[in-house]
Amino acid sequence: MSKKLLLEHINVPNILGFEAYRSKGGYTSVEKALKTMSPEAIVEEVKKSGLRGRGGAGFPTGMKWSFLAKPEGIPRYLVCNADESEPGTFKDRYLMEKLPHLLVEGMIVSSFALGANTSYIYIRGEYMWIVGILEKAVAEAKANGFLGKNILGSGYDLELYVQPGGGAYICGEETALLESLEGKRGNPRMKPPFPAVKGLWQSPTVVNNVETIAAVPWIVNNTGDEYAKIGIGKSTGTKLISASGNINRPGVYEIDLGLPVDEFLNSDEYCGGIANGKKFKAVVPGGSSVPILPAELFYKTANGESRLMSYESLADGGFATGSMLGSGGFIVYDEDQCVVRNTWNFTRFYNHESCGQCSPCREGTGWMLKVLHKIEHGQGNMEDIDLLWDIQRRIEGNTICPLGDAAAWPVAAAIRHFREEFEWHVKNPAECMVRNYGLKKSTLELSFN
Amino acid sequence: MGNTYDTRTKEVTAKIPFPQDLLDKIEEITKRYPAGKQKSALIPVLHLAQKHNDGWLSIPVMDYVADLLQITPIEVYEVATFYTMFNLKPVGKYVLEVCRTGPCCTRGAEKMIEYIEQKTNCKVGGNSADGLFTIKAVECLGACGYAPMLQLGDSFVEFLTEEKVDSLINELKNK
Ligand SMILES: Cc1cc2nc3c(=O)[nH]c(=O)nc-3n(C[C@H](O)[C@H](O)[C@H](O)COP(=O)(O)O)c2cc1C
Ligand code: SF4
Ligand code: FES
Repeated sequence: MSKKLLLEHINVPNILGFEAYRSKGGYTSVEKALKTMSPEAIVEEVKKSGLRGRGGAGFPTGMKWSFLAKPEGIPRYLVCNADESEPGTFKDRYLMEKLPHLLVEGMIVSSFALGANTSYIYIRGEYMWIVGILEKAVAEAKANGFLGKNILGSGYDLELYVQPGGGAYICGEETALLESLEGKRGNPRMKPPFPAVKGLWQSPTVVNNVETIAAVPWIVNNTGDEYAKIGIGKSTGTKLISASGNINRPGVYEIDLGLPVDEFLNSDEYCGGIANGKKFKAVVPGGSSVPILPAELFYKTANGESRLMSYESLADGGFATGSMLGSGGFIVYDEDQCVVRNTWNFTRFYNHESCGQCSPCREGTGWMLKVLHKIEHGQGNMEDIDLLWDIQRRIEGNTICPLGDAAAWPVAAAIRHFREEFEWHVKNPAECMVRNYGLKKSTLELSFN
Repeated sequence: MGNTYDTRTKEVTAKIPFPQDLLDKIEEITKRYPAGKQKSALIPVLHLAQKHNDGWLSIPVMDYVADLLQITPIEVYEVATFYTMFNLKPVGKYVLEVCRTGPCCTRGAEKMIEYIEQKTNCKVGGNSADGLFTIKAVECLGACGYAPMLQLGDSFVEFLTEEKVDSLINELKNK
């Protein structure tokens, strides 16, 4: 059994409401922080906890907080990244839908630690009903003196607002998010300057994922050292994993980092194994951007060690034989799934979501999409596979933001591990045309955009 | 409340000016940001404007929003054209946005899109002749574990089956 630091009270009746949440010890971290701790002491606890950003990159949160510039007379901001649009990822939604007060509590303590007096939760526009849930929680917290002026008589003021986006994956990238919050197109900014120095309205800003913020109350209540005891090595604490694809029990699970992957995939407590008695083919363990792993490399690293659900273990072997924990979007494929088709699908996604500022990303994703379309529909040749490899290689590392890399990696990994499948498409054009996945119209008719 | 007409088609394209309660709500939103940063309200306001304007944003509505927020029309257009949730053409009464991304496809999303097209007699990207439906194929909506799925207004319909689609469409047709 993994510990439940985030989801412990998820099944308590009326936990959406302030009363029930409070009766389970909710908001005690705010009392403790504002009455007995300095902002610096909180940052110190978060550093000790080893908590790493849950938005995908896994950057140590305490360190990020300590980078925040503190020029005199200029406001600082905390912005929560609830854009959650990485295919395969639906954990932040679960947290916000079921435990809105946990996020609000985390925002209050974190804002206090950073010295922010106005904070925003930027949530993807498609989660519009959750905007209502969060705004209700904010209003309740305010009515009970946990938000607004002079919180709990501490002299600390905080206003918290929920801001919906307009539908754009790129707004999950933190500088695009800030642009969007300023009422503009979501074009990522050149860095430096980093948001910690010039962020929202050119003021120092911290952007953190929902799950990162939600972990802070537990750390404040129980100390960073206690948090660091959970997990394995530098992967401390618990992590929400959203599991989808061809498994028996898709859903959101809180796991201790370091759980064996075999247990996560096959035990009935988690994914419950592959559905319909099919064979396990491959997994994308951390959201669509991370490399796909064939079953054998998922279970065991190239050195023959059993893999664990941790930042380090999933990345073991680098991109040659490993992948990444990423956002925790765990997508499972059974033997019937076509890797080429999935790669085409993901590439269409990145092409659609590219903001278009950098030519390698804008043109490269479109080019890869066309080549993949050709191969998937039985019209490719062997050179096309090498061409694909070449294009992805030229996108990676040559763009303003990491969306370019995110588009390149899935293509590279698919070719690296499933080259025979690409070759099969080239050698069997007729079969590619007729199999059609049970669809009525020709898949060639499916639009590019 | 006045309406603006497209002079060529005589179609109503804008329900402006906005009613007072909507203006009050917009006023409240602009106060969430520091003085002079009211442009930050743009995306939340466009959502409200679109809902009020039968599900889409016409040029007169966008110009009106620009006026309200004291920004130039181009600042509104460039945002409205960037984000996929804003419709720049008239839409049906019900907009069904079906997810087409990888994880949903492992559980039959493409077949479901085809089935919905057939049931509504409406192609992806288009409106049905009776004006009831618009079908959009969209990217991952954060419901991958509950696939296949679609978004209808402010809610999600998950674990779609043909039967579920049948009853949803019938319900909407008889509403
Ligand atoms: C294309 C792209 C999309 C991203 N989407 C998200 C997202 O939806 N949610 C999120 O928290 N982080 C996302 N990130 C990562 C953010 O840029 C940022 O690293 C993160 O919000 C920092 O929070 P954390 O340190 O708590 O993880 C994305 C990054 C890129 C490049
Ligand atoms: S890499 Fe792509 S998404 Fe990122 S800034 Fe460049 S064009 Fe935009
Ligand atoms: S892939 Fe359809 S909701 Fe995520």
